[in-house]
Amino acid sequence: MLEIAIKGSKNYWIWIVFLLAVIGAGAIVYIDQFRNGLMITGMSRDVSWGFYIANFTYLVGVAAGGVMVVIPFYLHDYEKFHRITILGEFLAVAALIMCLLFIVVDLGQPTRLLNMFLYPSPKSVLFYDALVLNGYLFLNIIVGWKVLEAERNQVEPVWWTKPLVLISIPFAIGIHTVTAYLYCGMPGRGFWLTAILAPRFLASAFAAGPAVLIILCYIIKKFTKFDPGWEAMQTLSKIVCYAIIANLFFFLCEVFVVYYSNIPGHKAHIQYLLFGYHGYTALVPWMWTSLLLMGTGAILLVIPKFRSNYKLLPYICAMIVFGTWIDKGLGMISGGFVPSPLHHVTEYAPTIPETMITLAVYATGLLVLTILYKLATQVKEEVNG
Amino acid sequence: MMKKSKRSFLKVAGIAAMGLGASSAINFASSDAQVSTHKKKAKNKEALSAHRWGMVIDTNKITHEIVENIVEACHKEHNVPDFNHEVDTKKYPKTRAVNHKQEIKWIWEEHFHYAFPDKEDEFLAERFHDLPFLVVCNHCKNAPCTKACPTQATFKREDGIVIMDYHRCIGCRFCMAACPFGARSFNFRDPRPFIEDTVPQFPTRTKGVVEKCNFCAERLALGKQPHCVEASHGAIVVGDLENPESEIRELLSEHYTIRRKQSLGTEPSVYYIM
Repeated sequence: MLEIAIKGSKNYWIWIVFLLAVIGAGAIVYIDQFRNGLMITGMSRDVSWGFYIANFTYLVGVAAGGVMVVIPFYLHDYEKFHRITILGEFLAVAALIMCLLFIVVDLGQPTRLLNMFLYPSPKSVLFYDALVLNGYLFLNIIVGWKVLEAERNQVEPVWWTKPLVLISIPFAIGIHTVTAYLYCGMPGRGFWLTAILAPRFLASAFAAGPAVLIILCYIIKKFTKFDPGWEAMQTLSKIVCYAIIANLFFFLCEVFVVYYSNIPGHKAHIQYLLFGYHGYTALVPWMWTSLLLMGTGAILLVIPKFRSNYKLLPYICAMIVFGTWIDKGLGMISGGFVPSPLHHVTEYAPTIPETMITLAVYATGLLVLTILYKLATQVKEEVNG
Repeated sequence: MMKKSKRSFLKVAGIAAMGLGASSAINFASSDAQVSTHKKKAKNKEALSAHRWGMVIDTNKITHEIVENIVEACHKEHNVPDFNHEVDTKKYPKTRAVNHKQEIKWIWEEHFHYAFPDKEDEFLAERFHDLPFLVVCNHCKNAPCTKACPTQATFKREDGIVIMDYHRCIGCRFCMAACPFGARSFNFRDPRPFIEDTVPQFPTRTKGVVEKCNFCAERLALGKQPHCVEASHGAIVVGDLENPESEIRELLSEHYTIRRKQSLGTEPSVYYIM
């Protein structure tokens, strides 16, 4: 099937070359980071995780969001999703590859990565995160590929893909739950030390993942002859709607608890994010932008007139994607580290080299996604056309 | 595989634990073949041992001057880089500007309300406002950092010391996020250009690994007190928390002491006499 990827239009190749250029630029910067260390980033003693881990966390959500098409189709025989299930699975694959790359570029000693498996540490949540992330990645690659191949050959998918799909559902929930447990199991970080972190992560994931998928459906419709189906997109938009409202509700619960209980160690972080702390306000405009985008997005999605507006929907989805990205990408990680355990304030902002490496990882993910989606759409064109 | 690596680590951390004298300390970097000639791993008779090491800091005896001496002794003897040190550009050309937020420290001074942020009090006794509080790794009984580490590069010894294997650390910094005391530092860059005089008895670190106070395990193994104790003029006492007869337990039973963030349940082993 892979031969499909090397036959494409001029635009296809311009896009591929563009992505390769971004990857190349980031790779050069990464060589510098590899040789000189993470000093090239904006991270510090107090804010010891930054952009890489933030984007990792966000993309785990996008990957987990793929399950929102798998569940209706495989568990409820929702036929409308038949055409887009593969898109959800391949989106998960691309997102997970980015996640793993973000982990690798964040390591101080990447050549020692395999120590994680040479000295497995069952007490460490990271150990389990590595297991579920890799597990979910392989499940999606195998299932996606086998089902697409069967479709191309116009036969039923081989029987064992079904149990693998069913296993992939708890795995999807698992990747984001375990990723939340990375944060919420640490005693000294009041911002993350909340039982609602995993549910909040999942809610934001089930909003962001399907919202990305809707946008991708528009792109596919524009550039290929394959039509993902308006009804499927409408159902997806309802899923986004419920999930973003749940996400906002969970955040409200968080805000209520910290402000009403008034416990300083918990309150300080949200105070920093929403109103600034001791005069440090770098993230305040971002957080309000995020809340505004998610809030407005939720309202527009609730009202059927707007949700079913073909022209408006991609913009609403972009609002959701950007809003949840700020929430999880910028706020979730910095918010946990500021103020520090000693209540010092060290603010964080990514540096240019750090941003370039981040963009290169995104470009790698988009390259994988482009190739996989090209296969999927071409096969579907062949079969239907 | 596992055993061999543990042994390589011991070479670095516990010279005396392998029955080597102080003079052979340089040997710790030697090959496996050389070490295996010392087949009998008898414990150094002079080594100081405990069931659970603990530390008491008497805030009545601490002055700014003593703090400075302690920090300097500890950092110098453990090859902790000083970002204010002027780099020898002949030896290390192309060294880039430092970011002081990426500094490394094992033991340092804080004001009361930073050392004990959960004990903030607007009517705090006057004398505590300017008092320097030494903060350091607490070698917690229930250390969250050792749980977080995905490679067991940071682990708890039988004697309660939480220690690091710099050669196994992958630099994921999970331990830094897990530590409620900000005790850990990450080598964002090669530390060597910022070490004035390298002390050969202790390893320098590489970029990309985490480090922190090791309770001077390398000195306890030689029967010596930690550097901070020696430089403290009696303000710091270390000893066995599990032994009711020990000096440290005597101090704890006679004085009112506090620990940092006790409510988190990590059971810090560093006590402050108030």
